[in-house]
Amino acid sequence: MDGKRPLSFYILGAFFVLFLIFLYGPTFTIGILSFQGPGGGLTFPMRGVSLHWFDELFQTQAVGDIWGSFRRSLALGLMVMVTTVVLSIMGGLAYRKRFAGSNIVFYIIMASLVIPSILVSLGIGLIFSQLGWDVHWSTSGFGAQLTWTLPFGLLIMFAVFNRFNPAYEEAARDQGASSWQVFQHIVLPLIAPSLIGVALFGFTLSYDEFARTLLTSGSYNTLPLEIFGMTTNVTSPVLYALGTLTTLFSLTIIGVFLCIALFIQRRRVKQGSDAGKGMV
Amino acid sequence: MERLFRRPGAQSWMLVSPIMLILVFFLLMPIGMITAVSFWGSTEFSIYPAFQFDNYEYLFGSQVVWNVFLKTFTFALITWAITLSIGFTVAYFLTFHVHTLTWQITLFLLCTIPFWTSNIIRMISWVPFLGRNGIANQSLIGMGLIDEPLEWLLFSNFAVILAFVHLYTLFMVVPIFNTMMRIDKSLIEAARDGGASGFQILTNVIIPLTKPGIMIGSIFVVALVMGDFITVRFMSGSQIANVGRLISNDIGLLQYPSAAATAVVLLCTVLITIAIMLRFVDIRKEL
Repeated sequence: MDGKRPLSFYILGAFFVLFLIFLYGPTFTIGILSFQGPGGGLTFPMRGVSLHWFDELFQTQAVGDIWGSFRRSLALGLMVMVTTVVLSIMGGLAYRKRFAGSNIVFYIIMASLVIPSILVSLGIGLIFSQLGWDVHWSTSGFGAQLTWTLPFGLLIMFAVFNRFNPAYEEAARDQGASSWQVFQHIVLPLIAPSLIGVALFGFTLSYDEFARTLLTSGSYNTLPLEIFGMTTNVTSPVLYALGTLTTLFSLTIIGVFLCIALFIQRRRVKQGSDAGKGMV
Repeated sequence: MERLFRRPGAQSWMLVSPIMLILVFFLLMPIGMITAVSFWGSTEFSIYPAFQFDNYEYLFGSQVVWNVFLKTFTFALITWAITLSIGFTVAYFLTFHVHTLTWQITLFLLCTIPFWTSNIIRMISWVPFLGRNGIANQSLIGMGLIDEPLEWLLFSNFAVILAFVHLYTLFMVVPIFNTMMRIDKSLIEAARDGGASGFQILTNVIIPLTKPGIMIGSIFVVALVMGDFITVRFMSGSQIANVGRLISNDIGLLQYPSAAATAVVLLCTVLITIAIMLRFVDIRKEL
């Protein structure tokens, strides 16, 4: 580049910065307001600075069963994450070859993305009640969330395998590797960074899911349901404190996943392999 | 058995079968169940199997319901137009004005991180900004632009659309950025050598080549907005209704057959809208 940027760069750059402020501004605002003094309200001005509202969160009688719902959301998130990763790999592998009915299956997967969440929630609730089963976050809630996370995982895997160079596998096969060995030593390491992405989607989409879990989680709430319940009857900054904590938790998870992906990438560069090039 | 396994496609089917099982049981059967229940009858406290069109008759006969559908479409249209403008501009900036891949990925990630945090919290976080004594009103009064706080900032159409744009613009940015990054830069140079102005390059080269990404983003946004009920409920302070809220209100009253009938009509509306949009793009080619 010749160093001088056109005027349009600065205009669009300013637009981009405004967009970022729009995206993050409100979250930062409640981050600040969660440190309100004990007498402070839901808006500015700040009446002192304190950890009062975070402290409230740890007193169970004040805010209901937040920690129980957090534990459930965490467990459910991990279940959904593992299932999404494993099934997405399998689905991705299946779609490397065209098979009879592959189009129909593809359209069902895509339909899962666009069918309104409340329909999934209502439908599963109705089926369970007609069968006389109890809805529970670990059964009906788990299934309902998979209909949202699986399509995302599969889309990522389809994109990965569309750009996948089969020469490495052929080379391994020529050397006499079995198909499991090819998968384990060639395919899996090559797609590992993308799997981190699938896992991130699986966990966070489950952890934050609301509409699909609404009618399928039964008597034990997940965290988003608990938070939504609080919005109707809690009118103190304790809501912001909870929001700030759970956002920080999400950011930590995202950070950890990105670091793992970066670490894998670095190690790969260091060991002089050009695997994965052209996959961006 | 051995022969069955060797048949072409058998292996692929075994690999997708768990996914199919899950989608059949937790997606297709629930939709089937809703369709069935939409013909059932209900009393104040129970529902019973039947085959009657009462729920649909009520639905199509009610002027209120028509207005709610119109409102839902209006939300979808306005949100679509705004998210598309913002999403396209952001993707354009990242693709054509940011020159190193590292920076492109970093800035792109910055745009996508909020997608992995809670939507509910992101809605709540507008309260201190838009409220009666919120930041927006305080600064407008401080600047002397208004004397009284604006009442329509929170719990209004404005707030609902603002939240939609806030939550769903990412769904535009990601696919548009993805297709734009794959545009061969030499095409743009060729257009410039041929004497095209910047605006002509935009309308004759970049926009046509970005169309698939635009369509995918549009489908996401339209489907999400039309199927939403929680954003409308929270951001309007329960004062505005869309189709999703009709369904969730019926569920709250245990009127499942009526909720199911509304759900079936909503599903058909969404699917028809998307089918029309899909005429313009082949998704499988774009992955």
